[in-house]
Amino acid sequence: MNTPLIEVRNLKQYFPIKTGLFKTELLKAVDDVSFSIDAGETLGLVGESGCGKTTVGRTLLHLYEPTAGEVLFEGEPVTKDNLPKMRQKMQMVFQDPYSSLDPRMTVEDIIGEPLDVHKLFENKKERRDKILYLMNLVGLNAEHATRYAHEFSGGQRQRIGIARALAVNPKFIVCDEPVSALDVSIQAQVINMFEDLQVKLGVAYLFIAHDLLVVHHISNRIAVMYLGKIVETGTADDVNYTSIHPYTQSLMSAVPIPDPDYTRQRKRIVLQGDVPSPLHMPSGCPFRTRCRFACDKCAEAMPPLTDRGGGHQVACWVK
Amino acid sequence: MKDEKSLKKEHLLSVQDLHTSFFTDSGEVHAVNGVSFNLDPGEILGIVGESGSGKSVTAYSIMQILASTGKVTGGKILYKGDDLTKWNEKKLSEFRGKCVSIIFQDPMTSLNPVFTIGNQLTEAIKLHTDKRGKDAWDRAVELLTLVGINEPERRMRQYPHEHSGGMRQRVMIAMALACEPDILIADEPTTALDVTIQAQILELIQELQKKLGMAVILVTHDLGVIAELCDNIIVMYGGSICERGTGREIFYNPHHEYTKGLLRSIPDVKNMKERLVPIAGTPINILNLPKGCAFCARCDNCMKICLQEKPMELDINENHKASCWMNVKEAFEGGAR
Repeated sequence: MNTPLIEVRNLKQYFPIKTGLFKTELLKAVDDVSFSIDAGETLGLVGESGCGKTTVGRTLLHLYEPTAGEVLFEGEPVTKDNLPKMRQKMQMVFQDPYSSLDPRMTVEDIIGEPLDVHKLFENKKERRDKILYLMNLVGLNAEHATRYAHEFSGGQRQRIGIARALAVNPKFIVCDEPVSALDVSIQAQVINMFEDLQVKLGVAYLFIAHDLLVVHHISNRIAVMYLGKIVETGTADDVNYTSIHPYTQSLMSAVPIPDPDYTRQRKRIVLQGDVPSPLHMPSGCPFRTRCRFACDKCAEAMPPLTDRGGGHQVACWVK
Repeated sequence: MKDEKSLKKEHLLSVQDLHTSFFTDSGEVHAVNGVSFNLDPGEILGIVGESGSGKSVTAYSIMQILASTGKVTGGKILYKGDDLTKWNEKKLSEFRGKCVSIIFQDPMTSLNPVFTIGNQLTEAIKLHTDKRGKDAWDRAVELLTLVGINEPERRMRQYPHEHSGGMRQRVMIAMALACEPDILIADEPTTALDVTIQAQILELIQELQKKLGMAVILVTHDLGVIAELCDNIIVMYGGSICERGTGREIFYNPHHEYTKGLLRSIPDVKNMKERLVPIAGTPINILNLPKGCAFCARCDNCMKICLQEKPMELDINENHKASCWMNVKEAFEGGAR
């Protein structure tokens, strides 16, 4: 079997939280998560706020030092020591195009910074050429190079962020909610660009978002997270159309579909209550407190991900 | 939408040629330019648009809660036939809450963190009804039960930070319903919430609307939410209405280039992998509105007249109107044939 581009094995990320003067508790933001991404593939990561999807993305790039588990890039573990080398192959695009760009730097310097850090040019001309090539790639004009970030609209700023991520010619990009701050009509422009760049450059994406329609559209496979754990993963169509886990089913049925006839004839499974606090996680399956099918076994142990055919994996005792 | 009828019947709310501007250092910003619509009892009206389309400003103009730099510069807002833009502050504060209530996008910031939920709820009740003390408290508990909050008595004594986002939005809805208003304006009520919580809140709004028979104006950018809830839809762009009609008409028979573009730029449920067709260009800068159609700079089918004159609103059918020169052109060509 081929080595996947990215392999995540039993990744854990716990944050110590002060809950009293001398008391600290562990917040299990990501708890034993494993998945892999092939070259040129898009894995969508969905879940509600606080489920740990952003933390997965950040831990993957070692922006946070993982508590346990490992990340393999083309079979090679990512560690503190080889991080500079690895960061040339793995990059990130952030959610908020307003705060992720330095307001005191010109576009040229923002995109050029990764080139400077990794010393990817021989002379000034080469640096400039590379920057112009990247700007052209993401649909920015050459005359934008000397402007500052505040002179651009949200969609254009996101393009600058993407050009910056592409500067080191990475094979893998973590996209953390890259379109959720943008207007609908601009979202489509950026989504199309992500798709075009993938075809052109063969990059793989971990596409983190809460907009399930967009994730379904852009992803080859989707992983659904709930309270730090992956509860279901499979191809985008499997997870959307033939979801098995009760959480995925209710999540999918809750998405408002922009199609009046379709959306009104659909049966919605409305979940009761709120997501439990990750500090006081229920025993066993974290979803059992809101699950319609919960039984005694669910309280005892977390169900493992089991294959339900064709790589469609589900973590549930009942279904 | 029903012109002959509207002459005879009085609408619950009738907005006529509303103009709202903000007076800023960089000049007058025309946020709303000639918006007209009617609202009848029990109707759910959706106003959809992108940021800067003037959808929220329209809602705030109805409530008369514009920022200090904002002003309604023209048009009328008739509530049961009475123009509320001419009312004084005393009359308006009676009107707000009793006749029209609003819930905002962010349930985190619309509640006061230093007062208990009960304190804030009873305040609204005391202000608008003659209920005092125990009566007001009981009414508040009743309202919390109505919006589906468990253990309302205990929740009343808690502070906003002890509630989740969905809970807070429920409290906001309870507060808005305190005096059984005729109209509930919901300004992006679920944008800050997760999908499963969003589903709960939308269901609640729908249920309460049926139970209490009030009219709802739902302001949002989410076409999915609009499709799910609304009887009638208004699509706004650059401070004007581009298109209005029933939900099915807008989604299945769009007649404005902007609406068409908007629908093409979201994934199609029937064909998820189909490539999206974005609207070119960037959202309109309302500081610098064009002379003609607000959408002309981004429109693929822009004609000479679009740049020079605002399009007139044309009937597509009895449930549907659109303001696009393309329709005028088609009607003209169709007539000539």
